[in-house]
Amino acid sequence: MKKLQKLYLYLILVFLYAPIIIMIIYSFNESKYRVWTKFSFKWYIELFQDGQIMSALSNTLLVAVIASVLSTIFGTIAAIGINSLKKWRKSAVMNITMLPVLNPDIVTGIALMLLFFMAKLPTGRLTLILAHMSFCIPYVILSVLPKLKQADNRTYEAALDLGATPALATWKVTLPEIMPGVITGFLMAFTLSIDDFIISYFTTGPGVENLSILIYNAAKKGVSPSINALSALLFAVIMLLLIVINVRTHRASEKA
Amino acid sequence: MNRRWYSAPYLVWSLIFIVVPMLMVAFYGLTVVGEDGSFIFSLENIKRFFTPLYLGVLGRSALYAAISTVICIILGYPAALILSSKDLKHKSVMMFLIVIPMWMNLLLRTYSWLSLLENEGLINQFLRFIGILGSEEYIQFLYGEGAVIFGMVYNFLPFMILPIYSVMSKMDYSIINAAEDLGANKFNVFRKVIFPLSIPGISSGITMVFIPAITTFAISSILSGNNVNLLGNVIEKQFGIGGDWNFGSTMSLVLMIFILISMFVMPDSEKESQGGLII
Amino acid sequence: MSNAIIELKNISKSFGEEDILENFSVEIARHEFVTILGPSGCGKTTMLRLIGGFETPDNGQIFFDGEDITNLPPYKRRLNTVFQKYALFPHMNVFDNVAFGLTIKKIDKNIIKEKVSEVLKLVNLSGFEKRNIDSLSGGQQQRIAIARALVNEPEVLLLDEPLGALDLKLRQEMQLELKKIQKKLGITFIYVTHDQEEALTMSDEIIVMNNGKIQQKGSPIDIYNEPENAFVASFIGESNIIDGIMQKDFLVEFAGTTFECLDKGFDDYEFVDVVIRPEDIKFDKEKGKIEGVVNSVVFKGVHYEMRISAADFDWIVHSTTMEPVGSRVYLDFYPNDIHIMKKVK
Repeated sequence: MKKLQKLYLYLILVFLYAPIIIMIIYSFNESKYRVWTKFSFKWYIELFQDGQIMSALSNTLLVAVIASVLSTIFGTIAAIGINSLKKWRKSAVMNITMLPVLNPDIVTGIALMLLFFMAKLPTGRLTLILAHMSFCIPYVILSVLPKLKQADNRTYEAALDLGATPALATWKVTLPEIMPGVITGFLMAFTLSIDDFIISYFTTGPGVENLSILIYNAAKKGVSPSINALSALLFAVIMLLLIVINVRTHRASEKA
Repeated sequence: MNRRWYSAPYLVWSLIFIVVPMLMVAFYGLTVVGEDGSFIFSLENIKRFFTPLYLGVLGRSALYAAISTVICIILGYPAALILSSKDLKHKSVMMFLIVIPMWMNLLLRTYSWLSLLENEGLINQFLRFIGILGSEEYIQFLYGEGAVIFGMVYNFLPFMILPIYSVMSKMDYSIINAAEDLGANKFNVFRKVIFPLSIPGISSGITMVFIPAITTFAISSILSGNNVNLLGNVIEKQFGIGGDWNFGSTMSLVLMIFILISMFVMPDSEKESQGGLII
Repeated sequence: MSNAIIELKNISKSFGEEDILENFSVEIARHEFVTILGPSGCGKTTMLRLIGGFETPDNGQIFFDGEDITNLPPYKRRLNTVFQKYALFPHMNVFDNVAFGLTIKKIDKNIIKEKVSEVLKLVNLSGFEKRNIDSLSGGQQQRIAIARALVNEPEVLLLDEPLGALDLKLRQEMQLELKKIQKKLGITFIYVTHDQEEALTMSDEIIVMNNGKIQQKGSPIDIYNEPENAFVASFIGESNIIDGIMQKDFLVEFAGTTFECLDKGFDDYEFVDVVIRPEDIKFDKEKGKIEGVVNSVVFKGVHYEMRISAADFDWIVHSTTMEPVGSRVYLDFYPNDIHIMKKVK
């Protein structure tokens, strides 16, 4: 029985990883076609010479870094404010905040696209960043709020009592206390932004592609195997990132 | 002194980037463009949606999403049950392995199934190699409904496993002991205690699989080669060249309401696991 | 048929590196209220879980009414458990919780109804059938947990610190009620607790455990008045435990003085623990064998608790009279109040 259970889990894992592993294997295949010829780093070299992929990669990273940093700052400040709101105001704000989390991405994407169109904002990197911020900020708020609830409000009051201005007390006392939540929120915002396809698809402008859009468009025409190389690299990065997150949360839970 | 003012900039932000866009969708959805380019309030698009053609698309999307959700439950529930059993070794490593694929780009993962499933793909080659298929024969896996449902199950299975696991691992073990103590054998313990208590997990799993599945257009477009048109594909087309934004918005609006209703009829779900997907 | 309903024979159980029970044997008598008393980690809950069938022993056997049940799963054992923190099923109402065991046995619905209402009456919760578990207070949940076990008419009821989560007054009320229920039903209760007062109030027999071993087994009165070693003496009630030397049979030296006592059978000049209950100390202003000074006085409601230092020892003395702090007083002991115990190595 135990063995059967293990076997079942392994089968699920095989199912989940099969395409990823195939992708990684093919990234080292010399042939352009899906027939194994010989081991080669050719596609990794071509990857870095492929202007389209490189620009999509740089767009993805640029948008992710800017959107997640801004979302983290903005979301943290917002969370501190929301935490001190009174009952019904708080729940009203939280309901609005939950909207982008619960709404299907396609609706969020279309809604933002209409907004940018009506505001006559030219679509491109700026709208992409704004759109990403609008779905990242709620996740930052959701990961910072629980930490704020845990944090001892008396330490903030003690800082005020000892002569710190509210701003200084928030900066010196509250912020360090909620830091784990802020970092989790940042990492979440970053991964969500890197991963996003649907919302980006509707809010970007001509000539500005991120990786997801590039793959989507290319999938119809046939994709250069450089994409496999890129996927393998991304997989490695995500693996690393998740290990970092988990070690962090693990440490945090051990402390708690 | 009071820090509630810190929320003021966000209130403005959420008004502009959350509330107003939603109102825009409603505005576009309930208007048509007149000949002079002005917007005229009209329920015409709503009526247009409620014709067999589009209702069929909605029905088909809901059906595929529902089938995928059911398959995810069938595959995911036992996995969650095994993962939460207290004598599983290396539990955190296992959970970690289940989570990682979720953070890989959905399009990349879907795309790479092509190399396994296409007519000249690895699986067909393998079947030829072991002699089940002749040298020119192949099984067509792609380009149909089956492929689309397969893609949905593949992409969203972890979203089913996680919330169920989360509920089960929080279950008080003494309750299971109590049921055994009162004469319930393994099967009865499962039927009368474990399963009813895991319903909130299943319920949030359903939300987390069904909603993205019913709205996807990338999975269907890649795996079916545009042969299968789901609601997501139809909406997407309305925002492409020659599309009708108003009708696209109408469909988004209907989709939103449909999802709101289906979430409303669902039993209480496990709220925590929705916000914190990083274990 | 022996009088033992449960018998544990040479049981060993360890979790990982830690040996909880080693070669542990005990018999539990039929129809009695037996309390397993000991500090946390002494192995008492493990023992109960072994009897309940939630753990299997590494070695040894468990007998129920003479029948070996060592490897029987919990659902086949003719006994029921009241769990720590109750373990009520949160998704069922009171009726479904209580009826759970009977439903599993597929008993006729009308009989179930009857039995449930009967047992709810027994625990003073008649009419609570339709209530939700969350809507009950801790004390009420406790009663439901007891009813849920009793409705199956077990021959033995296991109770794992069932009153731990209740406040003092409710706890005392429940203690009396549990005792009453046990008397009325005449079944065996095996009750695990770390609360010595609870044990003394309810039990016919107390088994004191420490470090996986039985320290003493006996009636509450025996255990209180005649503790067999210093551990039992200090765990049950308050005690003054002082080093002594046995001069010969019936004569012991401690606090720099020799006293008559009732104990014998020790080696001459053997080092021993001398145990004296605080309320057994004779305390006088003028005469007595040892002289001391009152360090503190606390009024405890019925008596005063005084700390008196005398002969390099800090004595706890309970008395209905008191002397103010700093007074000079004398202490003395009757022979039958001096308990001599072998040093535990």
